[in-house]
This record gives sequence, structure tokens and C-alpha cells, in this order.
Amino acid sequence: MSDKKLRAAIAIAGAFATAVTLAETAKAAKAEQEKCFGVSLKGKNDCAAGPGTSCAGTSKTDYQGGAWKYVPKGTCSAIVTPKGKGSLEPLPN
Amino acid sequence: MHFADIEASAPDVGFFEIHAENYMGAGGAPHAQLTRLRRDFPLSIHGVGLSIGGAEPLDREHLARVKTLVDRYKPAAFSEHLAWSTQGGRFLNDLLALPYNASTLTHVVAHVNEIQEALARPILIENPAAYLRFQSSDYSEIEFLREVVRRTDCRLLLDVTNAYISATNLGFSAEDYIDAFPMSFVEEIHLAGYAEDADEVGDPLLIDAHCAPVQEGVWRLYVHALSRCRPVATLIEWDNDVPPWKVLFAQAMRAESFLARRRSAVEDNSISAAIQ
Amino acid sequence: MTAPADFDQGAFVRALLDPELPPPNGLETPRGFSPEKRFAVYRNNVCVGLVDALSERFPVCWQLVGEEFFRAMAHCYMREFLPCAPMLFEYGGGFATFVSQFEPARELSYLSDVARLEYAVGQAYHAEDAAPLTIGSVRALPPDRLENATATLHPSTQVIASTYPIVSIWRQHMSGEEMTPLDLNRGEEALVVRPELEIRVSTLPAGGAVFVDALQDRQTFGEAVNAATAVATDFDLTACLRELILAEAFVAIRVAH
Repeated sequence: MSDKKLRAAIAIAGAFATAVTLAETAKAAKAEQEKCFGVSLKGKNDCAAGPGTSCAGTSKTDYQGGAWKYVPKGTCSAIVTPKGKGSLEPLPN
Repeated sequence: MHFADIEASAPDVGFFEIHAENYMGAGGAPHAQLTRLRRDFPLSIHGVGLSIGGAEPLDREHLARVKTLVDRYKPAAFSEHLAWSTQGGRFLNDLLALPYNASTLTHVVAHVNEIQEALARPILIENPAAYLRFQSSDYSEIEFLREVVRRTDCRLLLDVTNAYISATNLGFSAEDYIDAFPMSFVEEIHLAGYAEDADEVGDPLLIDAHCAPVQEGVWRLYVHALSRCRPVATLIEWDNDVPPWKVLFAQAMRAESFLARRRSAVEDNSISAAIQ
Repeated sequence: MTAPADFDQGAFVRALLDPELPPPNGLETPRGFSPEKRFAVYRNNVCVGLVDALSERFPVCWQLVGEEFFRAMAHCYMREFLPCAPMLFEYGGGFATFVSQFEPARELSYLSDVARLEYAVGQAYHAEDAAPLTIGSVRALPPDRLENATATLHPSTQVIASTYPIVSIWRQHMSGEEMTPLDLNRGEEALVVRPELEIRVSTLPAGGAVFVDALQDRQTFGEAVNAATAVATDFDLTACLRELILAEAFVAIRVAH
């Protein structure tokens, strides 16, 4: 085994050992905290995971399409950047 | 959607019905939930994607997926619609109407036969909600359904709401439709709430929206239908703007009360027949 | 009597999808008036059904642009790309690419990557089941053989590398937490895994997505480290393994003999 290869093997073995320990610590520490997050996530995952196929029709009329006249009005403007609220462009370095 | 409520309350419900296409993934929560549901309740599987009413050959891959699901969960029934939803490899996600004539009958019969052969069981075909008629229709819907049953030995799913909607939209009597329906082949009934609209000239236009409680007119038609058939399993369909579980459950209980009355009437009849 | 010609479903579908076209020939209404509004029920069902499907599939994108914009954008997508199969949970596979080329959303340059993440989450939800390795069994692996070992990752495992903080954006919206300042210049590499029934979305260190791709390609850990280091010179293997172990992404690790 070459020196370089040996170093790589040692690095990988070391990384695994440390990662396992870190993961165990993180898992124990975050158990409670993750539970809270998990609940709110789970409810929405049901719909995020793909909608239900349905055999129903709908009464909400929306098939016309038409000229494009929409502007984004969502939370994109709520993504606050260190340079201030509403910055949609990447910040200059 | 109400899976947690159902598990928590273990309701006294006759059966549950699922849409086949929502359980065609490889694994995960859908199958975990369905496995538990199947363990505790009888199950009926309702397909929306086989496009039985189309002129094109069946999507064999899709039929294989249906077969996998049916083989895995062994439901009490598998049902599909007298409608089409796929054309040229594109799925339109709606149950589209077809004319009723010799040509479409040939396709529907071939498709039902192929599905029944693949699944090795009879399937149930549901009557659609109609908004229009085709000039090229030579059969009434009932005549068409009778021919499909005669040539394939399939069974029927009577959607009472669809009958009510079609009758209102096309201007015929819903009671006459029910009276002519081949009731001895009906193995399941659907009930749902419709949405109300009107066409350009102000004629009523009901839409099969599954978004509301079952309307009184539909309940009356259901009671009329029950008087002409066995007390068959009845499902409340509600999949848009789905209410809390207890609201849905109350609708199911109302259907159950009519069914119970019908069951005791059937028993009385058989007792009186025995005495004679 | 001649058999009626086959019903022209193609013409029916063309009219369904293009509201500029009149309804197809051969339709009747009870009193003989125009079938336009009745046919519109079908047009509407197809359109609303598929737009709703996309809305539910991409809830964070929906929040990012607002309902009106999202529905209009989804409408454009569905006109161009109908589902190829009846399972709606597969619909939207091309939505992220479509969004990236969608002129009105051009200024929201991160939207497409958020859509990719959301699609991956949905795919993970329906992915095949497999039992993940426990931390204990990872610990028990022979350390000197790991460089040449290969891994099987959970079938739900997906990675998405972005030049935007897509995991932070996604998490803030999904958790309903208050928005905290995000540096849009800081890229994130998302790891999506669903080891049991719950979906886990975490952030890998730079190079992590390439590392996971290499492992999924059956490359050894040594080769995967090289691939990751080639794109991120400071690739943090320990942090990357920590996230993969925590997310329970490993189903098997095979050491060479």
C-alpha cells in the first residue's frame, strides 16, 4: 500500500469513527427537539408527498389561462437577507 | 387523510375504499397505512386510471400495477368507471364521457374482459355523471351497461349521485333510471354531494364534485334504489374539501341506518316467504 | 347499418386543452342549446385537478410565489406537460426544469432548486422500503477495510446540490417557523432520506452530493472521497458521514475481503 493510499485509508477510518460518535451524540441530544419539528413536518408531508388521485369533478372554474399578468406575491419577499428584507437577488460578495 | 382518527376510534364502519392509483408507489407510509387498514376492515379498491371507455388498447403497465395491488391486498371488490381518462399516452385526470354505440361497446367489452382475465375476478363498473349527450349514441346508458354485463359477466357499482346528476343535467327521470338499472348485478353503491351550477340558458348543471354532504334528493333516490336491491355496501365519497372525520362518519351512519332498515325488510320478506 | 366511426378522442382532447377551440362536434344538450358551458366542466376538471396536484406537490414553491402566481405557472406547465401515467404522485417530474426556464419567475432564481427538493421529498415518500443499518452496526465495521468498502443507500436517498440555501428555505416554510435572515449566496446540498416512514431532509457539507452520487454508483468510499474532493477541496468527510448516519441512509456497507 502506497503512503498516499495508507493516509487515505486512515483518514476514512478516522472519519467513520468520529462520525459515528457525533451521530450518537446528536441523536441523543436532538431526540426531543426533533420530535417537535417532526410533528409539524409530518402533517404537511401528507400533502407534500403527492396529492390524492380522485374521481371527483370540481366546481372551481379555472381553465382559461390567458395573458400572463401575474407577479410573485408570496413569501419570496419575506426571505430576509443580511442586506435587508425583500432582496431577491443574490447578495454581492 | 383521517388515518389517525380512524386508528384511534376504531369506528364501526362496514368497509373502506381507496383509490388504486394512490397506492402504486413501491413503499412508505401509504402501504404501511393500507396494510393496517386492511387488517382491521374490509377493503374496496376503486380505480380511476384504466380508461376502460377509451378506444385505445389498455395500458398494460397500468393493468399490471392494478393487479399487483389487488393481489397484495385482496380487496372485497375492485371497481372502475364507464369512462375514459387517457389518450395518446397522456393521462387527463378526469372521467370523460363516451358515446354509447356498437363501436364503443366493442372496446369497453374487450377492456373489461381483459381486466377480469388479468385479475382473475369480476370487476364492478360504475355509471358516470353526465353533463352532455353524444349524437353518435345509439344506446341508452342502461342498455349499454346491460350489454357490457351480459357480454363480460362483470358486476355494477351504482353511483346514485351520478344517476341524480345525469338525470338533472340531461332532463330525464332519475327514478326511471333507477327502475331500469340492472339491480341484481349491483354490488356496491356510491353516494356523494354534488355542486350546483347552471348552463348558458339557465338550465341546471350539477357537477360531481364530492365536496359537500349528500343532498336530500340523493338520499331519497338512494332509499328508492335500496327498495329495489339487496342492502349492498354503500360508500360516502367525499374527496374535495374533506370535512373532519366525524362529519364524514355521520354521513356513513345515515347510509347505514337506511341499509339496516332494508336488511330487516329483506329478513321480514324471507320469513314471510318461509311461512307461506 | 354501418358501424359508427370510432369516437374521435383526439379531437375531444384537443378541445379540452385549448379553451380557444370550440367544443368537439357531435355533442348535444337536452334543449339543443350550445354545449360550451357543459363541455367546460371537463376542461375545468382537467385543469383544476392537475393544477391542484402541482399545488399539493410543491407547497413551498406555492408559498414562495403566492397562490395566484403559482396556479398560473402550474397552468402553463400542465398545458405543455400532461401526466404520462395515472399516478398523480409521479406528476411534476419536469416542473423544476420548467420553472428554471419560466421567464416570469426568472428573478426567483432559487425557485427551481426548491422545486427539485420538493419533488425529491415526494419521491422519497413513495420509495421502496428497506431496513437501515443501525449506528451500532456501522460502528462495528472493520476500520481498515472501509476505504475499499461500498455502500447500498436507502432506496429513498436523493441529493440535490444548489447554489442557494434550499434546505433552509424549505425548512422555514414547512415548519411554519418565523423567517430568519437567509444569505441567498450560501449554497446548500440537500440530503433526502425516508428510512422508515418519516422523511428526513438534512444538509450535507460541500461536495456531499457528489460523494453520495458516487456511492450510489457503487464506487468505494475511497473513490467517493476523491470525487467529492475534486469538486470541493475542503470536503468534510466526517461531517458528511455524520449526516448520512444520522439520516439512516445506509442500508448495507460491504467491506472488501
